[in-house]
Amino acid sequence: MDAIDEIRERTLAAIVAAADPGQLDAVRVAAIGKKGDVTGLMKTLGGLEPDARRAFGQAVNQLKDDVQSALDARRAVLDSAALDARLMAERIDVTKPARFQGQGRIHPISRTIDELTAIFTEMGFTVAEGPDIETDFYNFKALNFPDDHPARQEHDTFYLPPDAEGSSKVLRTHTSPVQIRTMEKVTPPIRIIVPGRTFRSDHDATHSPMFHQVEGLVIDKKTHMGHLKGCLIDFCRAFFDVDDLPVRFRPSYFPFTEPSAEVDIGCSRDGGGLKIGGGDDWLEILGSGMVHPRVLEYCGVDPNEYQGFAFGMGIERITMLKYGIPDLRPFYDSDLRWLRHYGFLPLQVPTIAEGLNG
Amino acid sequence: MKFTLKWLKEHLDTDASLQEITDALTMLGLELESVEDRGAALTAFTIAHVIEAKQHPNADRLRVCMVDVGGETVQVVCGAPNARTGMKGVFAPAGAFIPGTGIELKPGNIRGEASNGMLCSERELMISEDHDGIIDLPEDAPVGARYVDYAGIDDPVIDIAITPNRADCLGVRGVARDLAAAGLGTLKPLDSSPVDGQFDSPINWQIEFADDQQHLCPLVAGRYFRGVTNGPSPKWMQDRLIAVGLRPISALVDITNYVMLDVGRPLHAYDADKVDGDIIIRNAKPGEKYLALNGREYNFDPEMIVIGDQHGPDDLAGIMGGERTGCSDDTTNMFLEVAIFDETNVAATGRKLNVLSDARYRFERGLDQTSPYWGTELATKLVLEICGGTASTVVMAGPGREWQRQIGLRHSRIKALCGVDISEADAKRILGALAFEVSGDGETMQVTPPPWRGDIDGEADLVEEIVRINGFDKIAAVSLSRPHVISRPALSPAQQRVRKARRTLAGRGMVEAVTFSFMPGALAKRFGGGSPALHLVNPISSDLDVMRPSILPNLLSAAAQNLNQSVTEIALFEVGPQYADDTPKGQAIMATGLRIGDTGPRHWSHDARAVDAYDAKADAIALLDELGAPTANLQVSIDAPDWYHPGRSGSLRLGPNVIAWFGEIHPAVLQQLDIKSPAVGFELFIERVPMPKSKRSGHAKAMLSPSPFQPVTRDFAFIVDHDVAAENLLRAAKGADKDLISGVGLFDDYQGKGVGDGKKSLAIWVTLQPKTATLTEDEINSAADRIVAAVAKSCGGELRG
Repeated sequence: MDAIDEIRERTLAAIVAAADPGQLDAVRVAAIGKKGDVTGLMKTLGGLEPDARRAFGQAVNQLKDDVQSALDARRAVLDSAALDARLMAERIDVTKPARFQGQGRIHPISRTIDELTAIFTEMGFTVAEGPDIETDFYNFKALNFPDDHPARQEHDTFYLPPDAEGSSKVLRTHTSPVQIRTMEKVTPPIRIIVPGRTFRSDHDATHSPMFHQVEGLVIDKKTHMGHLKGCLIDFCRAFFDVDDLPVRFRPSYFPFTEPSAEVDIGCSRDGGGLKIGGGDDWLEILGSGMVHPRVLEYCGVDPNEYQGFAFGMGIERITMLKYGIPDLRPFYDSDLRWLRHYGFLPLQVPTIAEGLNG
Repeated sequence: MKFTLKWLKEHLDTDASLQEITDALTMLGLELESVEDRGAALTAFTIAHVIEAKQHPNADRLRVCMVDVGGETVQVVCGAPNARTGMKGVFAPAGAFIPGTGIELKPGNIRGEASNGMLCSERELMISEDHDGIIDLPEDAPVGARYVDYAGIDDPVIDIAITPNRADCLGVRGVARDLAAAGLGTLKPLDSSPVDGQFDSPINWQIEFADDQQHLCPLVAGRYFRGVTNGPSPKWMQDRLIAVGLRPISALVDITNYVMLDVGRPLHAYDADKVDGDIIIRNAKPGEKYLALNGREYNFDPEMIVIGDQHGPDDLAGIMGGERTGCSDDTTNMFLEVAIFDETNVAATGRKLNVLSDARYRFERGLDQTSPYWGTELATKLVLEICGGTASTVVMAGPGREWQRQIGLRHSRIKALCGVDISEADAKRILGALAFEVSGDGETMQVTPPPWRGDIDGEADLVEEIVRINGFDKIAAVSLSRPHVISRPALSPAQQRVRKARRTLAGRGMVEAVTFSFMPGALAKRFGGGSPALHLVNPISSDLDVMRPSILPNLLSAAAQNLNQSVTEIALFEVGPQYADDTPKGQAIMATGLRIGDTGPRHWSHDARAVDAYDAKADAIALLDELGAPTANLQVSIDAPDWYHPGRSGSLRLGPNVIAWFGEIHPAVLQQLDIKSPAVGFELFIERVPMPKSKRSGHAKAMLSPSPFQPVTRDFAFIVDHDVAAENLLRAAKGADKDLISGVGLFDDYQGKGVGDGKKSLAIWVTLQPKTATLTEDEINSAADRIVAAVAKSCGGELRG
């Protein structure tokens, strides 16, 4: 038994002392290799009396297990240390800049169109579209603009050359022609919005020869001016994210609506900055009215049966007001500094569920 | 439309404050533009008499003035060179705020002399820039009176916007009528009773229109005034004209302007002695012209209405009179014209000659059809009162236009159209206040609008008048009912694609631009456009004169601007229209992208790489994937338009249809735009991307059945002629066994040593995916043989040794 204890003590000490896998393996061979100490003890078993052999055998087996456990434990320690050393050697400077992934932007105009589309979707509207190059009929005549009427002159129309019959197409001065195109095709009830490009020959700090409008049209048998007010108040409060936003309706004139109203939202200009909501000042943001019976007649819709309202609003204007963009002209300059600053991330999609405010 | 508060009160008896009046105007649809109350800051300033001005004992340039400010004498030290004993000036007492200096005046002591106020210059009152001396008033100026009253500037000037339908409010009286109807006072009566003529007018009307042109001047009145004295108009009239921005000229001219502003009735006054014979109204003859009162010469065309005598025309009807027959200070006999002209004709003439005038503004919007009668009488009273003389009988010509019409009004329509309860009595009261005549009741009312309301032509107009005067704020807001509990999509699949395109491209690091639909014609030509039909007749500038045939040139121009700002990597896109012709079908929705410079800023991890055609191709294909196009079936053809590099561009096709172009921009185009960096772009026709087949059986996707057997990937390198298209080789390899081959890819394209001249080596990987059993070595070899054979057959390629 002394021999067993001696081997155990010596071997376990050697295992603990092994500094690397090579030394550890040498200890293993010396202990449980073919010519190892423990193996040597095993070989002596055959010469013993049965009783002694059983007791000695158990002791030697125990020794072998202990050595093996110690070897495994030490190997795990050495492997782990070796891995640690390797990984330390593989160290990189993780503070270096990551690989470049260019980040794109959505233009504020597209963003606002997405926002207002989300809002009007909740009120049952669908989106309609029409061509930018229009006939006089759709842009003016069917909208009840008499020839040579001052209301027509106020539109600063861009003209294309006259065709063989002498009639000139125009760049649409508003999105209202899509009212006509829709009513010609669709039997009421109708609820549409029409975002799109519009054109007027006016170019200064606050006017661009091209800009965007969104038209709205609601036609059915019962919609009255109270609904016009409700719809536009609901829109303005949702869009500007001001629950108690004051909204004011003033009588006005558009040839294609009767009665007509311009819509102002409340604001304050205290301290030089413009704040939407509250205050004692007003900002005009859109025109609206009950669709003129003559417009309905032009579209083959019986004004004794159907009625409704229409509105039109400048998309750049409400974008500037909501997002504090001071000037109009940079919208079309494609200056990357401007686009990155005022633009929106592509996956920030305005939805009712995730919110509408960028 | 400008007027003063006092002027308004000539027509409106009211106790309402200025604020109440301006608030009401806006809510009546007469939108307030501004209120200028020039006198509000000057109420403390009074007229003073300088009893004595003597030299200041301690200062050469100062005087010590004893000033009578109306019952009280105050000592003031004054530095003005014109301060002198006996003069009348404008005095500001201690405590007054001086607008011109922004300082509140304090009693003081100037070099040992007390000074308890100030004698002011015009600049200190901010009524002019004059600061050469103190205001020097005439001797009869009333001492102690408020200066604003004396100077006629105590009257706030109100400016309102008039919508094109409200011609009746282009006179102060019309505004007063609306305010009275809205409960802000009472409309005062207007005395337009006839003035008896003392003699027959020596001048008569000759209307010489063709039979079918009689409508051009339906009615005209004239009156001859004998022995008038022209000269300056009275101060009250001058004050009002100046307040609204008109320059007083002479009494006769001022009267015509005053009546126009007061009641919206433009007039014209001829110097009767300069008119030879009768006055003729007719269409102009070719070549005729006249010198207008604005000093400019205008050429007439035969569609225009002119007025003149036997020497020729000297008045453009409804727009502007002429120099030859106009009034001057010496005028003693005057002939007054009060006419109605065809609105459309006046508007067209004014537009053709580009001449704006207050008269044109009113004529083209439509006048009171009875105004030749009452307008003549109003003007007559003013002429006789101010200029004296005697008036002839009135000479009329023309039958007048039928203006009386009855419009049916159902009381129920007010509620039905506007959602507001207004009793029949209230509706009738409002219409009455606006001078509409109402007969009948309930659902069978008949309404006759007054002659100045040519804009009213239907029931909806009457409802608007009632609801407008009653107040839009009385209409209760009602939210729209929701047609569906759960909202339905607002966007069609085609519309959704346009939005997806934006997000996809922005997600690839590109920045969305919105550029004009027009562009320079010369550049448009280079991009296949610029046809005459798409040239604007009236462009804003020659840089913006043609509808764009492509978005690329606009993006290139924008890029050039950015390059000037030292931005070096540019990735811009626009999703929007381009125009092949002027029809709706000629307008295509494009997704167009442009990358310029390097793929990104310089970075430690890799060498900088300039963008190339494959970047543009990747953008286009990624977008097509997102739009649901079957991109596995895409084919590339080498036929992009000539604004691309002919050897580094292509078309993406699905079957015979070109879906997109991509490639390097042609160097000549870049040179034209002064772009020195490499540029690549793509143009994708969103509407040409086929819509996925409609889902007949719900939204379930096809069942996924992943193979349980190990896929095998093998590499092959083929030597082919250098002009063999890689796409054909890949397609041939893939087609060798469509069931077994699940993927192919190109991983090397080598030309040079080891590969013969005119040859190249294309190396591909091919993945075999068995479906029924693990592949045996024989099966793999057999597949490889078929791949090699297929490539050899279609591309002439042989396996690289």
